[in-house]
Amino acid sequence: MATNAAPVTSIAARRTVGSYAMPAIAALLVAALVLWLVINFTKGPAYFFTISFIGLTNGAVYALVALGYTLVYGILELINFAHGDVFMLAGLFSASMIDGVFGVTTHSSTGYLVLAIVGSLLVAMVACGLINATIERIAYRPLRSAPRLAPLITAIGMSFVLEDIAIGWKGPGYTAVPDVLPKGNVFSVSGVTYTWEKFIVVLITLPVLLALIWLVQRTRQGKAMRATAQDRDAAAMMGINVNRTISFTFLIAGALAGAGGLVYALYFGQIRYDTGFQLGLIAFTAAVLGGIGNLPGAVLGALSIGFIQAYNEGLNWHAPGSNWTQSIVFSILILILVFRPEGLLGERTPEGG
Amino acid sequence: MHLRVSEGWWAALGAAGMSHERWRALPRTARRAVTTGVWLAILLVLIAFFGVWKTTALALAAVVALLVVPVWTRLPYGKFVVPLAALGLAVAYPYYFGSMPQVPIFGPFPQVSTMVVMMIFTMMALGLNFVVGYAGLLDLGYVAFYAMGAYMAGWFASSQFAHQKLDFGAVGLYEGWSGFHISLWLVLLMAGIATAIVGVLIGLPTLRLRGDYLAIVTLGFGEIMPQIARNGDSLFGTGFNLTNGTNGITPIDGPGFGNWAEQHLHLPANYLNAANFDSLYLWTAIVLVLITVFCSLRLRDSRLGRAWIAIREDETAAAAMGIPLMRTKTWAYATGAFFGGVAGAYYASYKSGAFPDDFFFNISVFILCMVILGGVGNIWGVIFGACFLAYLDREGLANVGAWFSDHLHRQIDVPKYEFGIFGAILVITMLFRPEGLIPSQRRAAEFHEGVHDEPLYDAETAGA
Repeated sequence: MATNAAPVTSIAARRTVGSYAMPAIAALLVAALVLWLVINFTKGPAYFFTISFIGLTNGAVYALVALGYTLVYGILELINFAHGDVFMLAGLFSASMIDGVFGVTTHSSTGYLVLAIVGSLLVAMVACGLINATIERIAYRPLRSAPRLAPLITAIGMSFVLEDIAIGWKGPGYTAVPDVLPKGNVFSVSGVTYTWEKFIVVLITLPVLLALIWLVQRTRQGKAMRATAQDRDAAAMMGINVNRTISFTFLIAGALAGAGGLVYALYFGQIRYDTGFQLGLIAFTAAVLGGIGNLPGAVLGALSIGFIQAYNEGLNWHAPGSNWTQSIVFSILILILVFRPEGLLGERTPEGG
Repeated sequence: MHLRVSEGWWAALGAAGMSHERWRALPRTARRAVTTGVWLAILLVLIAFFGVWKTTALALAAVVALLVVPVWTRLPYGKFVVPLAALGLAVAYPYYFGSMPQVPIFGPFPQVSTMVVMMIFTMMALGLNFVVGYAGLLDLGYVAFYAMGAYMAGWFASSQFAHQKLDFGAVGLYEGWSGFHISLWLVLLMAGIATAIVGVLIGLPTLRLRGDYLAIVTLGFGEIMPQIARNGDSLFGTGFNLTNGTNGITPIDGPGFGNWAEQHLHLPANYLNAANFDSLYLWTAIVLVLITVFCSLRLRDSRLGRAWIAIREDETAAAAMGIPLMRTKTWAYATGAFFGGVAGAYYASYKSGAFPDDFFFNISVFILCMVILGGVGNIWGVIFGACFLAYLDREGLANVGAWFSDHLHRQIDVPKYEFGIFGAILVITMLFRPEGLIPSQRRAAEFHEGVHDEPLYDAETAGA
């Protein structure tokens, strides 16, 4: 090639320029974002906090789904496209459970409501865990040694199959979930209000997240998962049943999606066959933002995306509005992949935290 | 032409859990009984549908064809016989499709308008084949290129920009027209070039990403473009109407050769006014597909095409051999985008409109499904896949649904499950025949030997 003749110093100089330009652009973008947030904050601090609570709630739901992406990516390096649709099925399950099986209405007592929610949560988690593990068995395991795009393509295919199952089951319209969460204030300090429905989302999400972290870091099975993620062959030689561990990971990821589906259905009140696809992409962005394969990173990324979405849709001063949410989320995804592909927390291993 | 019957047989046996070795281990009588049973069943099904005489005629025709076809390949220029015959059948289609018999289950032969759409999707699938088939980059946002092409036609061949007034060889202008009206032939070229530029712009930041990241980023672009189209009736509150929002841009000019050509050369002045509107669009689409096929074949065997295939097979080795990865990948992207843009603009002209609701992720997967079902990297496979799936989409599934409703006495809305069916096709193809129905031999070998394409990106970050 012609550049062979160029002296070494010029190559070094070119690298330096490039290595300053990219962080500079990134810093400018972040600075503009911070400036925009600060101006919005000064224009109405109380309103800003109220919007932030919406962001926290969104982020909690995204975190449950994003963790599923990150777990599966950590262990198989596969973007499980069907994950968002498993989440959607969970939402439909929960809608059926709460509406049909438990028959909860707005007049039900608090005790019965708690029972119904916990019952639906368990059913959704178990069912979706099994669905996810089955998908892995059918569509991904036979392709372990194929070129890596092959399982990605089957994942897309499975995603469409699941969406059609939902269409066949509930039809293409929105399935409404009875609006059973209490709307009262948890606290209301100088115009900043935090309502119970948002608090309940966090109340359901937090124990699930803590249980997951405990599982991955403190149990034997979690150790097997981390080992398999690091090196599948070495793990197999140490006597870990790799196939079972991968199945277990899919089970856990599906269960998280199940919890997410229930929370989503309760909080947003309606769900449709393509909800999972849209939300799955957002959650995947969150996982990449946090550093894919990194569990705390997924939560951090999900909360960031949740806040960004809420600010974009809620703030008054020069906010693009909900029409642009998807474009903004994907722009973040593209920018992250271009500027910092390893994500915010910077590790590409699942045992990160 | 190779005989694929035996391969299909092994595939069917494999799907039933019977490997090559286990089949060989069976006693000869049992094997003969099974083969005879299968052939008898096929024969009986044929007789049930066609009756005895037609089946006999079909069987004779099949035998003759099987005996004769392999000879052609040994003649000089023999390899052109089958493509030319297919081309002739396609060109003459408007003249004979009305007298074709009903096909069992699938019903009547497709309308000419369906054939036009099939050809347009063939062109798009061939464009995607540059990216997915040759260079091995998974592109899940191909619909963005289609959208870009369609909107190029919307901007430069309609009355979208009412304050402007520019006519450059357009046909069919009415009294008091406004906006840009450029000859559609030129618009097709402009759309292709503009889309290729968009492809380069999308590719430059993203192509150094690894395969699955690239897939998700292209998917992101595929979602951003229609959103811009939907929200583009008042961009950022400036009131500038770029895309006319959810209403879309309509009507869009048709192609044509003008009055002079009609009088002297008997070419149609304006397709939209011609009586055989669909046929004209079909023939033009066939010409476009031919150009695409020609470019595909020539590019595949060129230095660039061999570089693409080298990257697909092993990125690290290709880089070590001195192939500039970024430039080569960007060219694949730009080429694929070019044909996607031309096809998009042509489709917009045929539909006489560019509507944001046509550009969903579904369409990207639909086109990807064509490439994968037909045979990744093989032009003939991709053409087959595109024609078949586009036909299913437009007419086939509805006909199949009607057949099921009639014969099973149950109302099944098959088109409702269209994308689930395509998804299932993707899964089943990848599991049982990852190289597609009509594969290129090279690609098939890659799938069966299991290329472990650990890309360069990993090595870079692992070393850093």
